[in-house]
Amino acid sequence: MTLEPLAFWALSALLVGSALAVVLTKNLFHSVLYLALALTGTAGIFLALEAEFLAAVQLLLYAGGVVTIVVFAIVVTERLVGERITQTSRQIVNGVIISGGVLIGVLTFLARAPLPAARPPLPGDVTRAIGQALLSRFVLPFELLAVLFLAALLGATYFARPDD
Amino acid sequence: MPLHAYLTLAATLFAIGLFGVVTRRNTIGILLGIELMLNAVNINLVAFARFNGDPTGMVFTVFTICITVAEVAVGLALVILIFRIRRTVIADHLDLLRG
Repeated sequence: MTLEPLAFWALSALLVGSALAVVLTKNLFHSVLYLALALTGTAGIFLALEAEFLAAVQLLLYAGGVVTIVVFAIVVTERLVGERITQTSRQIVNGVIISGGVLIGVLTFLARAPLPAARPPLPGDVTRAIGQALLSRFVLPFELLAVLFLAALLGATYFARPDD
Repeated sequence: MPLHAYLTLAATLFAIGLFGVVTRRNTIGILLGIELMLNAVNINLVAFARFNGDPTGMVFTVFTICITVAEVAVGLALVILIFRIRRTVIADHLDLLRG
């Protein structure tokens, strides 16, 4: 457990740095690559929290799936080479005020909240517990998720269909 | 590390994502900011689940990850559709509904 603070601080620095790069870099394609880095760092945070299954899901679905879809969308809507891909930001002052206000609000709330400082010992295999909860107590939302995926698949295909 | 540290990290990531959503002009850039915000929420859920010794929060994380992936697929399909019709993905130029 002595390595955990070290891993936490390293991953925190990586996450904050890559997240800032996502919202600040001019090149949209670089933004997506930094997003992939941030999502991989989040998988590392999940590992530090001893949620190995979620770290694997995070890598597969986010860093693998989402980043691929976004890259395809950029290729379709922008030219990868040339100046079209550059993007500008607007209303930086308003953005700093809004996000800074939200951050300060959450942090003051956190500072006053009584939170546990130490984590309890693991009750057993977390992956097994997640699987059993998904198929017993949360089976209805699990099935609804399948319906949602079907709807999203049909919707995305319908929106992106070729012109007839 | 105490729970405070993880929640502070998640709050920082959430604020950075919100900054991106407010300031980006490209619709895909706005979607990337939303991704960062949802990611911060996932960190919160997993941290709370671990520090309470209850895997329910991790089950919720599975749900939010899946819903986010569906949302990105539909959102990017909409972006491609908008681009096909208007030839732009700059959010300021998409003002058809402005009265």
